[in-house]
Amino acid sequence: MLSRTAENLYWLARYVERAEYIARTIDATLRVTALPAAYIGKTNEWESALLTAGVSASFYETYQEATEQNVVEYLAFSPSNPSSIKNCIEAARLNSRSVRTALTSEMWDTINSAWIELGELWGKGTSSREELARFLRFVQETSLRFDGSAYRTMLRNDAYWFSRLGLHLERADNTARILDVKYHVLLPEEEHVGGPLDYYQWTSILRSVSALTAYHWVYRETLKPWLIADLLILNDTLPRSLASCYSNLVRNLDQIGVAYGRQGASQRHARGVRNRLEHSHMDDIFQHGVHEFIQEFISDNARLGEIITKQYLI
Amino acid sequence: MAVAFDEMNGPGGDLRPAYRELSRWLKETPPDALEYRRQEAELLFRRIGITFAVYGDAEAQERLIPFDVIPRIMSAKEWATLEKGLKQRVRALNMFLRDIYHGRDILRANIIPDDLIFQNPVFRPEMNGQSVPHDVYVHIAGIDIVRVDADNFIVLEDNARTPSGVSYMLENREIMMRLFPDLFARHRVAPVERYPDELLSALRSVAPLSASAEPTVALMTPGVYNSAYYEHSFLADKLGIELVEGRDLIVKNDEVFMRTTEGLKRVDVIYRRVDDDFLDPLTFRPDSALGVPGLMSAYAAGNITLANAVGTGIADDKAIYSYMPEIVKFYLGEEPILKNVPTWRCREPKDLAYVLDNLSELVVKEVHGSGGYGMLIGPAATKATIEAFRDKLKREPEGFIAQPTLALSTCPTCTASGLAPRHVDLRPFVLTGSQHVTIVPGGLTRVALKEGSLVVNSSQGGGTKDTWILDE
Repeated sequence: MLSRTAENLYWLARYVERAEYIARTIDATLRVTALPAAYIGKTNEWESALLTAGVSASFYETYQEATEQNVVEYLAFSPSNPSSIKNCIEAARLNSRSVRTALTSEMWDTINSAWIELGELWGKGTSSREELARFLRFVQETSLRFDGSAYRTMLRNDAYWFSRLGLHLERADNTARILDVKYHVLLPEEEHVGGPLDYYQWTSILRSVSALTAYHWVYRETLKPWLIADLLILNDTLPRSLASCYSNLVRNLDQIGVAYGRQGASQRHARGVRNRLEHSHMDDIFQHGVHEFIQEFISDNARLGEIITKQYLI
Repeated sequence: MAVAFDEMNGPGGDLRPAYRELSRWLKETPPDALEYRRQEAELLFRRIGITFAVYGDAEAQERLIPFDVIPRIMSAKEWATLEKGLKQRVRALNMFLRDIYHGRDILRANIIPDDLIFQNPVFRPEMNGQSVPHDVYVHIAGIDIVRVDADNFIVLEDNARTPSGVSYMLENREIMMRLFPDLFARHRVAPVERYPDELLSALRSVAPLSASAEPTVALMTPGVYNSAYYEHSFLADKLGIELVEGRDLIVKNDEVFMRTTEGLKRVDVIYRRVDDDFLDPLTFRPDSALGVPGLMSAYAAGNITLANAVGTGIADDKAIYSYMPEIVKFYLGEEPILKNVPTWRCREPKDLAYVLDNLSELVVKEVHGSGGYGMLIGPAATKATIEAFRDKLKREPEGFIAQPTLALSTCPTCTASGLAPRHVDLRPFVLTGSQHVTIVPGGLTRVALKEGSLVVNSSQGGGTKDTWILDE
C-alpha cells in the first residue's frame, strides 16, 4: 500500500485514541476534584491533568492559572492546543478523508458523524458540568465505535495492522504518561503509608485507563499502590497496560513482516521493549526507580514511532 | 427570449411519452412524501460525505450540491442521436489534438488562424512531436449539452482537461434506487454502474509499451483541499486503484514510481485530476507543490501515460469551440450531428461591433474562464454590470466570445412552492480507449434551482438530478 495511506491510517488511530484518553483524563479529574479538600490534599489536580496530557508548557503560554474552566477549555476545545479533543477529531477526519479508500464505510461513518456532531453540537464548547459529561461520553463512544468498526469490518491486511500500530503506540504513551506524573503516589509495599489522600489518587489513575473494575477482578484486593503499578505496567491481560500494548505491537509488526516477507528495525526494537517488560518484576522496577523506568519507556516508545515511520511510512 | 421547452410537458402542454409513468406516479405521491425523501437524500449525501468545496467561501468549506429527487428522463431514441453525436465530436477532438501537436494540417488549410493556437496559453509546446499511445489525448471528456426543443441538442462546451461530476452521476443513481425502488420498477432505466469498469479498461488499454502485461493505474489528486476531492477518492475506490498525490510519486531513470510500504512500485498510467500547470515543477509552474519533478521527462520517454494527455486545453478552449463544426468536417468528412451555439468571436471587429450593440441580449463569456465565473448574462444583468462589461470587452476583445441567450429546456423540479419547471443541462462522460469510444447512457444533469436562472454551475447555486435513459 502507499506509504502515505499507511501513515494516515496510523495517525488516524492515534488521534482517535488520544481524544479518548484526554476525555478520560478530564473525566477522572472532575471526579477527584469534586471531593472535599481533605480527601485530595493541596495538589492542583487540573495541573496534573495538563501534565498527563503533555501540554502543560503550551497551556501557560495562553493562560495564567490552571483552573477547571481553563484546563477543560484547553484540553477539550482549544484550537491552539494540537492535542485538544476538538483538534484530534478534526485531524482524524482530515486523515480519514485522505484515506477514504482504505477505510470501511463503517469507520468513515463513525468519524464523519463525530465530526458533524462536533461542529453542530459542540462548536461553542460546554456551559455546564452536565453538558461536559455528555460531551466526554460522546468522545469515548466515538472512540469505541471507531475501534469496534475497525475490528469488525476491516480486512486483516497491512491497512489494519498499521492502524493497530497507531492505536497501541498511542495507548502505551498515554498510560506511561499517567504513570510518569503520578509515580510519586505509587510506592513499593514496605514504604506504603495509606492515607485517604492517596486512595483517591489511585482510583483516579485507574479510572483514567478504565481499569478500576479490572483491578478488583485481577487482584481481589483493596487498592494497593504496588499492585496498581503492576497492573498498568506488567499485566498483559489489561488492554491499556504497557505489556499488553507491546504484545500487540510485536504481533502486528510481525504480521506486517510476514506479509512483506521481511523484517526490519521496528520488529527488533519492539521485541526488545516487549522482552524487557516480560522479564521485569515490580520489585526490581521499584528498586531502580519507577520514574526512571517510565522515562526510559516513554523514550523507547517514541523511538519505535520514529523507526516505524522510517521503515514504512515515508 | 423564446419560451423554454419543457421536457415533461412539451410545447403545447402535451405530456411527452418518456414522462408518462413519472407523471402518473407524481399524481399518486403526496407532496410531503417527496419532501421527506428529499431530506432523506440530503442526509445520505452528508453521511457519505459527498461534498464539494467552494473556493473563497471559508464558511462553507464543504457543501452539499443540492439534489433534486425528480429524475430527468430521455427516451432511447433521443439518447441514440446524442450518443452518435458525442462519439463523433470526441473523435474529432482527438484527431484535432494529434494534428495540432504534429502535422498541423488544419492550420495549413487555413481553417483556424495560427495565432489562436500559438498565442494561446493552454497550447503546450512541450507536446510538439510527442507521441501518445494510440493517439488518444482525451480519454475522458465531459461534453456539456443543452436542449432547446424536441429535436435539437446543442453543445455548450467541451471539457477535455479534467472534467468532473461523474461521481454525482453514479451516486445520484444509487440514492435514487434506495429512495424510490417502486419508481424504478415502473420504468426500464438503462444502468450506469458499469462506468468505473469501462473507465479502468480504457485506461489500461492506453498503457505505454514498456508497461507489464498487467499495467498499474493510479489516480492522481491535488489532495483533500481540492473541490473535487470526494470524486477522486470515490473513483479510485470504485476502480480499485491507488489514489496518489504528487508527493507519493517519484521519477527515477524516466520511470514513475509510487512510494509504498514495500518500497517503490512502478506506475504505468496516471488518471490525473491535476491541471497541466501543476504536473511537474521542472517543466511548468516551479512553485507547484502538487506535482512530480521529472514527470514530463518520463512522459517524453514514453514510460508513463497521462490521462488526459498534457495540452488538451487547446481543444476545449472557448475560442476554439466556435470552430468545432469545421473541425468535425475537416477530420471526419461528416456533418456534425450535434450543433454548436452560434458564437461571435469578439476578436473579429465585425463580431465585436455586433456584440457591443446587443449586450443586453447576449451571454458573454471569458475565453479562458470556467465554472460560470466572469460571464455576463445580458438579459438578467443590470445596466451598470452591462456597462462595466462593455469596458472590459473594448479593452480586451480577444478575451471574450458572445452567444445568444439560449432558452435551455426545463424539467419539473421540487421547489418551496411545489413542483415547478427549472432549467437544466446535461454532461455525459465520453471515454476513449485504444479500440473504441464508449458512453454510459446518461450523464450528470445539472439544474438551476432559482426560478428563471440559467446558471447551473454547482459553485453558483445549481443542483443535480438523476438522468434516466429509458431502454426500449
